[in-house]
Amino acid sequence: MTANWANKRGVGAGALLAWAGLALLPLIGFITENTSFDYYMYMGQSMLIYAIAVLGLNLLIGFNGQISLGHSAFFALGAYTTAILMNFGGWPYWATLPVAAVVCFLAGLAFGFPALKLEGHYLALATFTLAIAMPQLLKYKAIAGWTGGVGGVLLDKPDPPEWTGLSADQFLYYLCLFCAMVLFWLVFNLLRGRSGRAIMAIRDHTMAASTMGIDIARYKTVAFGISAGITGIAGALSAITVAYVAPDSFTLQLSISFLVGLVVGGIASLPGCLIGGAFIVLVQNSAQSISDWMKGTFALRYDVPAWAIYGVLLLALMYVLPDGIAGGCARIRAWWTTRGRREAQ
Amino acid sequence: MDFFIQQIASGLTSGAIYACVALGLVMIYVSTDHINFAQGEMAMFATYLAWAMINAGVPYWIAFGLTIAVAFFGGLFIQRVILKPLEHAPVLALVVCFIALLSIFNAIAGMIWSYTIKQFPSPFPSHDLFGNGLVSVQQLGVVGVTLVMLGLLTVFFRFTTLGLAMRAAAQNPASARLMGVRVAWMLALGWGLAASIGAIAGMLVAPIVFLDPNMMNGILVYGFASALVGGIGNPMGAVAGGFIVGVLENLVGSYVIGNELKLSFALVVVVGVLLLKPAGLFGRVIVRRV
Repeated sequence: MTANWANKRGVGAGALLAWAGLALLPLIGFITENTSFDYYMYMGQSMLIYAIAVLGLNLLIGFNGQISLGHSAFFALGAYTTAILMNFGGWPYWATLPVAAVVCFLAGLAFGFPALKLEGHYLALATFTLAIAMPQLLKYKAIAGWTGGVGGVLLDKPDPPEWTGLSADQFLYYLCLFCAMVLFWLVFNLLRGRSGRAIMAIRDHTMAASTMGIDIARYKTVAFGISAGITGIAGALSAITVAYVAPDSFTLQLSISFLVGLVVGGIASLPGCLIGGAFIVLVQNSAQSISDWMKGTFALRYDVPAWAIYGVLLLALMYVLPDGIAGGCARIRAWWTTRGRREAQ
Repeated sequence: MDFFIQQIASGLTSGAIYACVALGLVMIYVSTDHINFAQGEMAMFATYLAWAMINAGVPYWIAFGLTIAVAFFGGLFIQRVILKPLEHAPVLALVVCFIALLSIFNAIAGMIWSYTIKQFPSPFPSHDLFGNGLVSVQQLGVVGVTLVMLGLLTVFFRFTTLGLAMRAAAQNPASARLMGVRVAWMLALGWGLAASIGAIAGMLVAPIVFLDPNMMNGILVYGFASALVGGIGNPMGAVAGGFIVGVLENLVGSYVIGNELKLSFALVVVVGVLLLKPAGLFGRVIVRRV
């Protein structure tokens, strides 16, 4: 499945349609009277941000085969880079994005070196520790002057340019969408080229890849760096759209939600990242109503928390649909396109 | 000097708890080759069960024993029902599975018992041992329980047929099966034992850090660090590693980096050991045949 996809030429019509659809969504704001429209736009921003983060994680886990549970740390690093530059440097929001990307790329590269020696469970373990240690590091007193300590940093939401006539949330949605499109396009191109084949070859069979002359160490560390950089941009965007960063929003739970998005959307699938991002936000937002529904239907005495739903879903997917929603769709499509042949037999 | 000795003593106490967590991790690693990320949450959940029983009026030691038994069957159940179908799945699927278990246990504990901090009784009195404020009976009790547990496990693996069968199943499943060892059940047994050890760790730690659904988060990381320092396949090493990490953590915390960065110390230990001496202090270097 992955191979077919990687050999495809150009961007498919489906992808173009999907992006165009996403770009048209904010325009509904001009014709709707719904007062919570701005909130829907905010949800849209979160979905795109999660999609970008999952894209970064997917590049590493899905395409390169390195397991990371520590991407919340890179997300945090990106968010804090932006927050500090905006708050202390007085930088405009857009100028902080590349800096966040570079900082996280370097951090990822630095973590990628020790990661070279680790495989499977051990890498998961080391990154798991990173995710747990990160909030504490951010609260550290010596850097509290910059990070705001436990309280975090409050930012100003950027104003949209006058000529666009958009509301703040519509504008930020377009900002996220623009970043997402650029990053998806870059990753798409990266994966289709020589480097992409090398990255996937390492996942499929490291030793075979190395006998083919692929520099394992270089590709693995760079993949780690790029992955961290992408997730860092997602973090930076989240700092801009939420206009607030605090250490306790970057816990292991955040890493787990990325993992949920990755598994639900589909491992090693680019459209899957968008699906996963949307899914994370939908479950978070509807956790209360799902809980109420379950309480009503099954006469439960307790609230059902979102994390229980995530957990059960992760387990269930591992059995039923190990390649996620995108993989499921691909299978249905394959079944549909080969139906004539099957009938003929 | 007194302060120094106090730090060592409290380091040994936390070390004993890390050793318990590490023992649980080693049990699962030895019998199935997996690193169980849900070990901490399983221990936390078992501790809540004990808390509920004690609150319902069950005497402490009976609740203690019952919890260990329940945890044992819980671990057995998880391995047989949830992990068995994923026997030949890739590592990622297993990691996802463990993370799922972690979320589920955490969420369910929060759902039933809420996230407010609860006090957990200790079986040991908290007064001083020698009356000079250095070592308390509580600390000695925690260390004692850990050492007894290590002793029992050693005896079990060395001198009982079941222990021998478990070691055989872990080291060479194919040959063990030919000799009539029920390998699959040995793995489940490993999980059951690990869950029981975790439950003991949870009940030892809860009086010190108080009971809440997130109490094992940091401790699990130290448990990992301990298991790695001692060599992840070696129970004796895990306990030694636990004590080493506990004492070091306390000394580094009070003399060098301050208490706020203690978790980062664990991160440094984990990454450092994995990089410099992946086999740990007492582990065997595994040479893989291709």
